[in-house]
Amino acid sequence: MSKFRMHILVCGGTGCMSSSSGEIFDVFEKELSANSLSNEVQVIKTGCFGFCEQGPIVKIYPDNVFYVQVKPADVSRIISEHVIKGRTVPDILYKNPESKETVAEHREIPFYHSQLRIALRNCGLINPEEIDDYISVSGYEALGKCLTEISREDVISAVKASGLRGRGGAGVSTGFKWEMAYKSQGDKKYVICNADEGDPGAFMDRSILEGDPHSVLEAMAICGYAIGADEGVIYIRAEYPLAVERLRIAIRQAEEYGLLGDDILGSGFSFHISLSLGAGAFVCGEETALMNSVQGMRGEPRMKPPFPAQAGLWHKPSNVNNVETWANIPPIILKGADWFKSIGTEKSPGTKVFALAGQINNVGLVEVPMGIKLRDIIYKVGGGVRGGKRFKAVQTGGPSGGCIPAELLDLAIDYDSLQSVGSMMGSGGMIVMDETDCMVNIAKYYLEFTVEESCGKCTPCRIGNRRLLEILEKITSGQGTEDDLTELKDLSAAIQDSSLCALGQTAPNPVVSTMKYFWDEYIAHVRDKKCTAGKCTSMLTYKVTDKCIGCTICAKNCPVNAISGSLKSLHSIDPAKCVKCGVCFNKCPKQAIERV
Amino acid sequence: MSKIKSLDELKKIREQSKGGTDIRVTGENPDRVVLAVGMATCGIAAGARVTMSTLLDEIDKAGLDNVSVVATGCLGFCYAEPLVEVRTPGREPIRYANVDAARAKEIIDKHVKQGILLDNAIIGKEVPRQ
Repeated sequence: MSKFRMHILVCGGTGCMSSSSGEIFDVFEKELSANSLSNEVQVIKTGCFGFCEQGPIVKIYPDNVFYVQVKPADVSRIISEHVIKGRTVPDILYKNPESKETVAEHREIPFYHSQLRIALRNCGLINPEEIDDYISVSGYEALGKCLTEISREDVISAVKASGLRGRGGAGVSTGFKWEMAYKSQGDKKYVICNADEGDPGAFMDRSILEGDPHSVLEAMAICGYAIGADEGVIYIRAEYPLAVERLRIAIRQAEEYGLLGDDILGSGFSFHISLSLGAGAFVCGEETALMNSVQGMRGEPRMKPPFPAQAGLWHKPSNVNNVETWANIPPIILKGADWFKSIGTEKSPGTKVFALAGQINNVGLVEVPMGIKLRDIIYKVGGGVRGGKRFKAVQTGGPSGGCIPAELLDLAIDYDSLQSVGSMMGSGGMIVMDETDCMVNIAKYYLEFTVEESCGKCTPCRIGNRRLLEILEKITSGQGTEDDLTELKDLSAAIQDSSLCALGQTAPNPVVSTMKYFWDEYIAHVRDKKCTAGKCTSMLTYKVTDKCIGCTICAKNCPVNAISGSLKSLHSIDPAKCVKCGVCFNKCPKQAIERV
Repeated sequence: MSKIKSLDELKKIREQSKGGTDIRVTGENPDRVVLAVGMATCGIAAGARVTMSTLLDEIDKAGLDNVSVVATGCLGFCYAEPLVEVRTPGREPIRYANVDAARAKEIIDKHVKQGILLDNAIIGKEVPRQ
């Protein structure tokens, strides 16, 4: 056969790799060769498919069959049944949780229904370690088009007209940033890719770099051409070894083809890209701190202005964009600003990648048009709340964002609507909380994160946030007063107003938004000393009620032997020994244990 | 790897490397035509491999980007192997019998490209799929 008749795609994203997709790939290669099929069937390691909940994922073309939760032991069946006999293997197909029917094609899976992939267009389609795969789907043509047909000014106008806004957090117009850098005078300019993805639970940037690294390189070169820079730096955290490795391969391949380097495509334009590895400090996602870190200094932010476009890396005009923003650039150049503007909302065109996490059925990475309702993301794409529990809130925007309650589920999501309800887009993390999550405790969790990650340069952030955390600790341990709530509000406002960088300015957001929407819970904690969700253990007591039948299950399961009682008689819990772990509460077959 | 010196050269490489990914891109097209080749023991013994590779080559030559060739199990008409079923969205599938290389070429030239059925080779119209 002159070409491969079948392609077997094995997910090579970090999620699937950590559940043995690497081994699955190897077994495929071995067994295909044992069956003399290596000339007919090709195995390819791709980037993330997004449906991490169901990983490891194997997809087979041209049949377009999507296998989920594949184990290395399933490989021989896929080969003997699917590859050789043309029959699907039903037990590893996705099963629709509602209809219980198996689904073979991925577009039939509800998780993919509302999705529209622009930034993730090549993730799970091409081999990220093979530049020809990227070129075959029109890769580097946007760069070629810019260098040969479009003037620098028109490139900037196109990006500006598309309305693309920064996907890393604040949502500043990308075209505006490029224009500022273009207008800045300087003999040397820099293009920087911010791949310091730090929000807990967000991993879209990692997935793009792992699944489609060339799209970022191409976009950076386009920007270099537009603003007049000949050097690019990708600032990426060392905790992303696979993304770093694939970027290195991609840069090498692009240089070999002359798509990076000197005199690209004979145009006279030269552009070089290097990597700078960060140590994983959250604050280095802030652009001025990032540039300090690249220069080998402490990762501390500085006052703006001057903006990076005026004095950035090594005091030269620089343009910093986030990975997902970059990934949107080549399609905008090729398909035009009008195409991009036709997607999403008026002020937030395009799509956004969200990382779904927390108490949600379909944990994973989804790309949806802006303006989609929160409810559709959580229930249609996300498959609803795990375990059939009641939805309580969704935290968006990471530690800088806020919690959005159930009343606002019909909110159409874009940069401005999220801000109007006291949260933010951030990098697109979405953590779903159910009725068993305590909102005061959640606010405390995020504060713990920002206190840990504060660089310490300015006082409001270094000390103010620590005081906020201490008040929250006091409240969750049952020692809080109503005065503490006033203090929380005042201190939050002061920190927001006076911190140096966005980390500090936004750190109180989780506190402010939970106080706004879940005031009752705060009051219950300080006035009644009750945690209704049952998370703040020091406020709880467990008691055995007279429903007890004396089965001894609780006593046997108690890890600290705090429960006494003999067979068929009422048991009791010794409060002095009880560690409030809740095991007895969950184990009791008669719901005879009360939590108050 | 030699350096690419112009946009045209880049486009040439794109065309050359398309063969590496096109079955994936076509596989994502919901309106694609699927040619299912019976690749059970009977089909392979009767020469289905030649049928399949001919189909793939002809599609490649004609530059068709909406046609997928898939292997399928025994279609039940073992006496008439190799069998090819043409599945066009919204139409009843058509089954062709005794598809050797010449007939495979004819299927692409007439049925797929022009919509003309090969009346002398159809073995029966199947009930529409659910």
